[in-house]
Amino acid sequence: MTQTNEPAPQTGTGGLSEPTDGAATDPFLVVEDLTVKFPTADGLVQAVTGLSYSVEQGKTLGIVGESGSGKSVSSLAVMGLHDAKRTQMSGSIRVGGKEVLGLANDKMRRIRGREVAMIFQDPLTALHPFYKVGAQISEAYRAHHDVSKSVARTKAIEMLDRVGIPQARTRVDDYPHQFSGGMRQRAMIAMALVNDPSLVIADEPTTALDVTVQAQILDLLQELQKDFNSAIIIITHDLGVVAEMADDVMVMYAGRAVEFGSTRQILTHPEMPYTWGLLSSVPDVTADPEARLIPIKGNPPSLLKPPTGCAFHPRCPHMDKVPGNLCKTTLPELTPGEHGEGHVKRCHLPDPSAIYVQEILPEIAPDLVEMTINDQFPQKTGTGLVGDSPSDDALPKER
Amino acid sequence: MFGYIVRRLIAGVLVLIAVSMMVFAIFFYGPNDPALAYCPESRCTPQRLDNLRHNLGLDRPAPQQYVEYMSGLVKSRHIESGGISIDCNWPCLGVSFKYRVSVFHYLWDRFPATFSVAAGGAICFLIIGLFSGIFAARRRGTMADKAIVSTSLFINAIPYYLLALLAYLYLVQGLGLFPETGYHSPFKDGPFKFVGGLALPWLMLGIAYSTQYARFSRGAMVDALNEDYVRTARAKGLMERVVVRRHALRAAIVPVVTIFGLDFAYLLAGTLFTEKIFGIQGMGLAGLDAVQRTDLPMISAYTLISAAFIVVANIVVDILYSVIDPRVRLA
Amino acid sequence: MTESEVAQQSAEQPTPGIVPAANRTVSSGRRAILSVTDLKKYFPVKSSGLIRRTVGYVQAVDGVSFEVAEGSALGLVGESGCGKSTTGRLITRLYDPTSGSMMFEGKDLAKLSAKAMTPMRKEIQMIFQDPYSSLNPRHTVGTIVGTPLRVHKVVPEKQVLTRVRELLEVVGLNPEHYNRYPNEFSGGQRQRIGIARALALQPKLLVADEPVSALDVSIQAQVVNLLRDVQNEFNIAFLFIAHDLAVVRHFCPEIAVMYLGKIVEIGERESVYNHAHHPYTQALLSASPDVKQAAIGGRRERIRLEGDVPSPINPPSGCRFRTRCWLAQDICAKQEPPLLQIGKTHKVACHFAAELGNHPAKPITAPLLGTDDQGNHAPGSSPVEFSTNPGYDETWFDLKTKTFGNR
Ligand SMILES: Nc1ncnc2c1ncn2[C@@H]1O[C@H](COP(=O)(O)OP(=O)(O)O)[C@@H](O)[C@H]1O
Ligand SMILES: Nc1ncnc2c1ncn2[C@@H]1O[C@H](COP(=O)(O)OP(=O)(O)O)[C@@H](O)[C@H]1O
Ligand code: SF4
Ligand code: SF4
Ligand SMILES: [Mg+2]
Ligand SMILES: [Mg+2]
Repeated sequence: MTQTNEPAPQTGTGGLSEPTDGAATDPFLVVEDLTVKFPTADGLVQAVTGLSYSVEQGKTLGIVGESGSGKSVSSLAVMGLHDAKRTQMSGSIRVGGKEVLGLANDKMRRIRGREVAMIFQDPLTALHPFYKVGAQISEAYRAHHDVSKSVARTKAIEMLDRVGIPQARTRVDDYPHQFSGGMRQRAMIAMALVNDPSLVIADEPTTALDVTVQAQILDLLQELQKDFNSAIIIITHDLGVVAEMADDVMVMYAGRAVEFGSTRQILTHPEMPYTWGLLSSVPDVTADPEARLIPIKGNPPSLLKPPTGCAFHPRCPHMDKVPGNLCKTTLPELTPGEHGEGHVKRCHLPDPSAIYVQEILPEIAPDLVEMTINDQFPQKTGTGLVGDSPSDDALPKER
Repeated sequence: MFGYIVRRLIAGVLVLIAVSMMVFAIFFYGPNDPALAYCPESRCTPQRLDNLRHNLGLDRPAPQQYVEYMSGLVKSRHIESGGISIDCNWPCLGVSFKYRVSVFHYLWDRFPATFSVAAGGAICFLIIGLFSGIFAARRRGTMADKAIVSTSLFINAIPYYLLALLAYLYLVQGLGLFPETGYHSPFKDGPFKFVGGLALPWLMLGIAYSTQYARFSRGAMVDALNEDYVRTARAKGLMERVVVRRHALRAAIVPVVTIFGLDFAYLLAGTLFTEKIFGIQGMGLAGLDAVQRTDLPMISAYTLISAAFIVVANIVVDILYSVIDPRVRLA
Repeated sequence: MTESEVAQQSAEQPTPGIVPAANRTVSSGRRAILSVTDLKKYFPVKSSGLIRRTVGYVQAVDGVSFEVAEGSALGLVGESGCGKSTTGRLITRLYDPTSGSMMFEGKDLAKLSAKAMTPMRKEIQMIFQDPYSSLNPRHTVGTIVGTPLRVHKVVPEKQVLTRVRELLEVVGLNPEHYNRYPNEFSGGQRQRIGIARALALQPKLLVADEPVSALDVSIQAQVVNLLRDVQNEFNIAFLFIAHDLAVVRHFCPEIAVMYLGKIVEIGERESVYNHAHHPYTQALLSASPDVKQAAIGGRRERIRLEGDVPSPINPPSGCRFRTRCWLAQDICAKQEPPLLQIGKTHKVACHFAAELGNHPAKPITAPLLGTDDQGNHAPGSSPVEFSTNPGYDETWFDLKTKTFGNR
């Protein structure tokens, strides 16, 4: 997306490029044209290329994609957690209006945990096995607050209680291995929220958990988001999690954003074959159980030598519908979708909506064809979690 | 946890008993007839040999002899040795064929020298090894890292005795940078003489062992720095210094403790080359001497004491583990 | 006749000498290839004191009974730690059962000596969850897939390579890649290697322990489809272990839900998914996020289960689910609910079994157990004898009429 001067898709409120100080509507996080490469013995790993997105206070952005698509690398870049000596980074990351890409470590550490906090996938390995849970939380608090140990401990108990650990007063002195998987992730959340950060990045927070515990943790995150009014980036490969949690969704493939829109746009009017593939391959609890699942053929590409043109082309079943050899030769730009503002996709297909309705939907959800054609989906959801008005302030943007 | 340590102690005692039996078996059934040690070849008539055997109690049943041997662990004994009766004070592991003294006390007298060499050397190689290892780990892939790793590999390729011998010849004999080496009691001869006599051995041990520790702790530290919880520590906004010391180092130290425990035990059993080259009258030399002279009681005692060091080192390592890792302590 | 001919023949026609016990039919009307009755596995827990006494047992699997029909698939679902893997490992005899029986081809696997088990291992193979750690990184794919062929001398040494290539072809890998090492393959491809290895001996039963849990959805679908093709082609029966209910539903005509070492609900797919009668099954179903629902306007109401699964060392008395169950009453603590057949091919273990929202106010099981509604022994009434059949009986307990019958 760096190669063209195409006009940016309509961005609606609050321009992305000129964040004005302190205005409440400004996105808290703005990532522009982020590129992350790792020099390795085998060559240069192009983990993230030309990624742009933003997240507003109080909103949730879901990032989905297969493993290796650059989800974690891009969020670790926001946290400044890549080893500068072993990483090549370019572009811009602004947190609360301040550029943080390339910030010196001692400046960056004041932002980490304080303004942007992170929750990791596996709480068992993410907590230090040798220190008490409470001590690890108070340590996070004391990193940014000049308070005594006992004050920090009280704070840790309060946070543990807040995230639903029973008998927080005694459990505060437990070691991580004495907690169950769900409790450990609650403790991680307590640690992330102890400094009341404006943005929480949750990297696959429920992948290692059982479904019933996953449900608890997702509920907890939503509840806490209301209380703390923080922005959340939830990284997952589970579209179901995104559907429940996110206001906006960014689909990543081979280090790039390939589709972006409100959760409703992405789930009801996806326009990019990779997104179709992801949606189709999820086994559905209501579909005909004897029907074959619809996988995406092949495997994710190597980021050492990403495919030319559209990175998805070796696996794409719709290439033949694009005139010429465009898919193989030319990287598609992010272009606006057909269903509302803020929806963009990276694909050469001429009439994706028609293909979706005629070819994809009948396979995966024949009962939805009618609804999709007439766009009759309810605007408000039962829980008010997804599909409020399509928010368009957080879309990826052309330069 | 307490139960665990007690269990380990009991297991350790069992190991020592097994070792003592093996040692005794070698003594008793081994290729060297103890009686021959007392019998100058020229005058060794069968009659005389039998006398000797009787004198030494070698003609009694093995279990009886073993019990008698082990009784020295709880009380003093009188031992008939080559016609004379020798007092062997508690703890008694037998009497040297050669020197006609209690082997335990003979070795024990040499323990301070060995211990001084071992402890000083260990301090040196721990400091050099850990610091350069951690330094290299934090700068993984840089010139400094590569320099440390290749230096360590280079030093490692030189045989230790050659390194120590050259150091002795050039630094003591040649240039006189170090005083003549040897063991002097820090209490009787004063600390300066003590340190002066051992400085070069310590340094040599430090350099030789530190190569292994540098690479080992580098590896452990690289692993630790890649752990998820270290990333969490950084994500909390802790200072890099705190991340490295409190979070990574604490985890990296665990595997180092293991090999250190064993290395130190081996050092305590005597550092043969060091003692020989630097002229230190330690246990290692005594052991070598005993082997050369087929002094069976001395060899047995030396083996038992070495085994005891290793057993104790293992238990200490286990206790350290449980101090470091609550998962062990609370299991 | 070579081994492979034998295997081929048995795939075509039923093996002679079927024992009566295996003759029972399951939902699909086919013969049960595996019949498990009251299987238990207790792992001893040692004290940490001076003398390591056994102070208790992890009741990992505590009396499960089920059948797997020939060429069919039984799905085993439940949260981690409920005993799914242990069950799978018992059937493949990686663990020795504490008690119970496992009838396979007329033999009780539970009673076979290690030696007598060897020929059976050929017939029962296992696929593991982690495609990264279950393959030896120092062996080529050819060695990995060929080893079972060599060990069991299925084909002459000269034909091993040919057979390996055939197997790689079957699982959708390039047969010429037999010389490569596992690290040259992606997660999905490694799982295919694991499947090829399991297929090498043409087993009759495959225990698949979370075969797709570690894979991306897109790849997961590839592997599920492959397993299905393999099943159809070779007529292999599956015990398919998973925690994802949606995947299991696509693979297994019959599903068993486990909780803390026990089966709480088992039945034909349709009964379990559309007419779940156990509160735990209902909670599991409601907890899995649903893309389509969310897409068309909101999720279903979720049943919030509080807390965690209790320890299997000291499981709750009566019904093990009661500490998290929103329906629990006195009887649940006092009486263990029997696994009661409530339909032609549907069993459930709950005192208040019913579809979601219709749970009765009074325990349906009290009259059967000979207790009052609080679970106290009722004078004068005696418990009925419950069936121990691992399959399904001709008559069952009708929840509407509260009587045994077959309609
Ligand atoms: N430190 C690193 N050095 C080299 N390659 C890396 C590094 N971190 C990540 N990668 C590579 O970058 C790609 C993207 O990884 P990641 O962002 O972790 O994917 P995911 O979308 O699953 O979170 C992967 O191919 C991964 O192998
Ligand atoms: N070898 C073992 N020794 C002791 N306990 C075990 C062993 N294997 C499994 N367990 C315990 O048995 C229970 C069931 O484990 P498992 O069968 O692996 O569950 P699942 O596969 O359903 O997650 C767990 O509580 C587990 O800790
Ligand atoms: S650009 Fe071409 S290859 Fe890429 S997704 Fe669109 S149709 Fe497929
Ligand atoms: S028996 Fe009682 S506790 Fe158990 S599931 Fe049924 S209602 Fe809940
Ligand atoms: Mg990731
Ligand atoms: Mg398991």
